[in-house]
Amino acid sequence: MKYFSLIWAALWRRKTRTLFTLFSVLTAFLLFGMLDAVRTAFNVGDQLSSGRMIVSSKLSITQALPISLLNSIQRVPGVKQVGWANWFGGYYQHPTPFFPNFAVSSNYLGLFRNRYELPPAQAKAFADTRDGAVVGAALAKQFGWKLGQRVPLIAGIFPRNDGSNDWNFQIVGIFTAKNPKLKGAEQQFLFHWKYFDEGNAYMKNMVGWYVVNLASPADANRVAQAIDALSQNSDHETKTQTEQAFQAAFAKQIGDIGLIAGGIMAAVFFTLLLLTGNTMAQAVRERIPELAVLKTLGFQDRTVLALVLAESVLLIALGGVLGMGLAELVIPGLNTTLAGAFPALPSLGWHGWLTGLGLMLLIGLVVGALPALRGMRLKIVDALAGR
Amino acid sequence: MNTTNATGGNLIEIRDLAKAYTRGKQRVPVLQGVNLDVAAGDFFALMGPSGSGKTTLLNLIGGLDTPSAGSIVIGGQRVDRLGGAALARWRAAHVGFVFQFYNLLPMLSAQKNVELPLLLTKLPAGERRKRAAIALQLVGLADRAGHKPSELSGGQQQRVAIARAIVTDPTLLVCDEPTGDLDRASAEEVLTLLQRLNREYGKTIVMVTHDPRAAEHASHMVHLDKGELVGAARVAQPA
Repeated sequence: MKYFSLIWAALWRRKTRTLFTLFSVLTAFLLFGMLDAVRTAFNVGDQLSSGRMIVSSKLSITQALPISLLNSIQRVPGVKQVGWANWFGGYYQHPTPFFPNFAVSSNYLGLFRNRYELPPAQAKAFADTRDGAVVGAALAKQFGWKLGQRVPLIAGIFPRNDGSNDWNFQIVGIFTAKNPKLKGAEQQFLFHWKYFDEGNAYMKNMVGWYVVNLASPADANRVAQAIDALSQNSDHETKTQTEQAFQAAFAKQIGDIGLIAGGIMAAVFFTLLLLTGNTMAQAVRERIPELAVLKTLGFQDRTVLALVLAESVLLIALGGVLGMGLAELVIPGLNTTLAGAFPALPSLGWHGWLTGLGLMLLIGLVVGALPALRGMRLKIVDALAGR
Repeated sequence: MNTTNATGGNLIEIRDLAKAYTRGKQRVPVLQGVNLDVAAGDFFALMGPSGSGKTTLLNLIGGLDTPSAGSIVIGGQRVDRLGGAALARWRAAHVGFVFQFYNLLPMLSAQKNVELPLLLTKLPAGERRKRAAIALQLVGLADRAGHKPSELSGGQQQRVAIARAIVTDPTLLVCDEPTGDLDRASAEEVLTLLQRLNREYGKTIVMVTHDPRAAEHASHMVHLDKGELVGAARVAQPA
């Protein structure tokens, strides 16, 4: 600690250069924080699924399945509860801002009891109201919707039987997410599948996917195989998978999120290495006579090595912590902006911070290694003479 | 060549000292057959033309470089046999350095510059600050402690450098052209200060200079020419 003021002063020897470098590091770690949140968001389903599986068409998740499968699935040993949902694709007044809206079975929210909170009175009101809808708290807040209010959605895919695209709903419930990581789910708009099925002119007795709660998560493989066997060689073969796998498949419509995020991070950190490596090399080159003075005064080679390395790590850590801190601040805002279009981005959490801090240390050491070795090896008389 | 005075033994004893540098495939001798004794408490001037080897000799005495041959004993320690970390520790404990261009760290205040050698000690921060303040007071710059080198004149910077050199209370001060970058008045101030450190605080000073007026402040001087000592003189000191 007694060397801190020396390291700190050396870091700010050229203020403008240090500020620009800090800004680069900050930007890199802001990106890292956000991309790590994206990667985590697409993996969070598995941690929270706790024995929940999704049954969708083997051909494509956009392909509907018959409701007649319901009874067969319910009879598969190990299946505890079954619900279903269908993508509706409607919008409120204008196509943007987008929010996800689904026609769901009446027991749908109950299947996700560990995830959503809906007051019992509102749950009953939903069950009793044919055109009732429950919406997430964030969505209700966004549009200023209140309980009892009638809300029209304009169909993007499914027109009504009378040919119009106007679907009217009554807000009877407002749910909240129990887990802060799933705040994005509060952008959903859910209404009765029965109301949808009877009212739409496009398809009847079809659902987008089934949600299956298992009696025991350990039975997942066996139950999945049994469910898929029900429709084998039919025109509606199914693919039963974990919630995480389903989400990953959904996300792969965009691309391999993990690969994209990893690629961007690699490019960013490679650029950062070159940039800060060059900056540190330049900073140490300018200070060779000063390092020689330190050695003249009795600073040992390894102390000079440690001072330069510490300066490099401090530079990266300072920018990195600011960048990741900024990511923590930006993520909630992004969640609001991208709500529904994207899984909710979680905060970085201790794992993200630990990874980030580890990266800062590693990059700092790599970037500082060559300049530090140069400082350590310099010959005092040559350096003082400017040779 | 012996400059031992009557009041004490030799602090520095140099025997058959030689130093050569290798430039490419060529071996360039800089010092050869140098024998020199400097008494403890002496103010000793090394004079000579450019390239005569005086700075090389000073660097060897200060433990900044190692000789090609011969021995250097300072305070009973074979300095020429020390290497790496041991030599660094010896410098930190026994030698204070004053350079022509001050060599202060530009981003640190005068106080922090003076504190630098104390970072190598186990003194607590408060004690380091206190000792640096005393050293600055001694050189007459207590009121400039918070100023950075760029905010000080050349003479003031050199006095800060002297404060840094004495803050650990070393036995030996090595000064390489300490007035070479100063105007006459500032040079006189610095030389008077060095003289005071020699007389009042008993510091042994070895100073390289090519300025005869600077050398007049020393009690002894020797001349180097082409790497060899060519003459010694006792300097008349004003009363």
